[in-house]
Amino acid sequence: MDIAFFIEVLAGGLLAGVMYSLVALGFVLIYKASGVFNFAQGAMVFFAALTFVSLVERGLNFWLALVVTLAIMVVLGLVTERVVLRPLVNQPPITLFMATIGLTFVLEGLSQFLWGSQPHGLELGIPDVPMEWLSQKWNINISQFDLFAAFVSGVLVAVLAVFFQKTRIGRALRAVADDHQAALAVGIPLQHIWAIVWGVAGFVALVAGIMWGVRNGVQYSLTFVALKALPVLLIGGFESIPGAILGGLIIGASEKLAEVYAGPMVGGGIESWFAYVVALLFLLVRPEGLFGEKHIDRV
Amino acid sequence: MLYREAGQFKSTYAQDQQIFPIRQDRIAIGVLLAFAAIVVPLVGNEYWLSAIITPFLIASLAALGLNILTGYAGQLSLGTAAFMAVGAFMAYNAELRIPGMPIIGSFIIGGVCAAAVGIVFGLPSLRIKGFYLAVATLACQFFVLWAINRVPWFSNHSSSGVITAQKIEILGYDVVSPAGKYLLTLAIVALMALAAKNLMRSETGRAFMAVRDMDVAASVIGIPMMRTKLLAFAISSFYCGVAGALYAFCYLGTVEPEAFTLDLSFRILFMVIIGGVGSILGSFLGAAFITMFPIFLNRASEWVAGVFAVEIPGAIVSNLEAMIFGGLIIFFLIVEPNGLARLWQIAKEKLRLWPFPH
Repeated sequence: MDIAFFIEVLAGGLLAGVMYSLVALGFVLIYKASGVFNFAQGAMVFFAALTFVSLVERGLNFWLALVVTLAIMVVLGLVTERVVLRPLVNQPPITLFMATIGLTFVLEGLSQFLWGSQPHGLELGIPDVPMEWLSQKWNINISQFDLFAAFVSGVLVAVLAVFFQKTRIGRALRAVADDHQAALAVGIPLQHIWAIVWGVAGFVALVAGIMWGVRNGVQYSLTFVALKALPVLLIGGFESIPGAILGGLIIGASEKLAEVYAGPMVGGGIESWFAYVVALLFLLVRPEGLFGEKHIDRV
Repeated sequence: MLYREAGQFKSTYAQDQQIFPIRQDRIAIGVLLAFAAIVVPLVGNEYWLSAIITPFLIASLAALGLNILTGYAGQLSLGTAAFMAVGAFMAYNAELRIPGMPIIGSFIIGGVCAAAVGIVFGLPSLRIKGFYLAVATLACQFFVLWAINRVPWFSNHSSSGVITAQKIEILGYDVVSPAGKYLLTLAIVALMALAAKNLMRSETGRAFMAVRDMDVAASVIGIPMMRTKLLAFAISSFYCGVAGALYAFCYLGTVEPEAFTLDLSFRILFMVIIGGVGSILGSFLGAAFITMFPIFLNRASEWVAGVFAVEIPGAIVSNLEAMIFGGLIIFFLIVEPNGLARLWQIAKEKLRLWPFPH
């Protein structure tokens, strides 16, 4: 086995895994703060990326487009909270889950209704080419863009971690996640908190959308990225931000290695389900993921 | 005034425990079945029978299967379409490879194979719950479709992957007309719905519900957790498998993996939620709503285009339809989270008092 090739595959997998984590983060944020399994996260990623790229194509400055899209995502979060979530307070989780699937349809329809359904290319000015010095010195090809994406998600996680641990709002978010009623009792406005969470999730969706958009082009298939992020959640646990990152790394690396080394043996195409099987194996050992909260059942 | 059980005395236990204890209900269900079996095939034209009513019945059966698992036993599953695919492909292979196999036998084999797959993918439910389980069942969805695409035995080495379903033949008669296929579907669905209704009133059904309401408590009072959960998966998958076989043989006419995508799983979950979780009737109401509504929307958009004499591009129509569909689902969940079956229950209670509510 060629060690340089192995390292290349592993690094490629780890960096791809970081991209999965970006999407998984959006799920975790909302699940953590409101107990809603937000299936619409993939549609939000698509909506954000499409809005952003359409604005840029209409001649808006890059940063201006970013700010405008962010504003739109926050408004979307607020509207979702007001129209979908608030009337469904105290419903069983499956009802909320179904509502977010309905939201998925609305968002997918809306984004293509507004901006058309043709695929767009997206450029950030960072070439998706192997770095020269690495490939010359050790014959390892690692894309510059992948490193940039990893850097961005690293920063994002750090910012979110600080936000959750150190700020007043972050503490309120954790309190709400812990116990809705107790949080209400000490005077935390639940509705505001949810609006903030959905706004932040919209921001994460925008970042993920841009990264994936550069990689695969902004098109409808971007919504399927969410399906890739689900095994990441299983491994990391639904409530854990570090879990999302670690889960992404595990999924990314194992998926790429399996694709390269085991894929040819069974005829390829295993990436559609391999991540799920890895996640299932983890669940057999730890039913609530690596960092998920342990549930104690009381009768 | 008409719908009242006053004066209907029950003098035996059998009477007290029958499925429809109220006489008006029994008459209504009899009339409904007679209407479905005699009037519909006579009156319905080919389009209605083959494109609307038959798929509605098949979808009801699949929704019923999922409802047994999700509504009664409380295990959320997103792999329904995979179980249907197993049913369809195994029914095709049974018909192909076993000489002289009656078509009903093939359907049953399809169902049994789906049940076996269901048990395997139900194993994680012993360890994990809730959304973790739902995501885990996605593994089934992706793996089964991958295997069917990848292993040529399933599609009899067909190069295109799309294979024509065999002719349906029952006791020497070829069932080719839409009315014939409709009647076959109706018979199977009615029988299986009856079986499901009875099963849910039995000890097994009560064990399912105990597990749904709280599985720790259920195991404390002596309900075997492993057997109950796996049984729920097996029965549910059997229903889905038969529905899948019907879907391929009586509706599509072809057996292809593309018919059983994740989208179908979600549609069936929608039927269960909109119809009513944990209700046999709800499965039918939800299936009716989800199958008919897109057709209705399509007609409505054509009508709007005709009235205002404007040409609406197809892409915009389909996007608008998606938005309205999604919006309506949210609306329904907000207005009646317990589904259409609950509305029907409320209507029945109102009807018993009508017209003298005091």
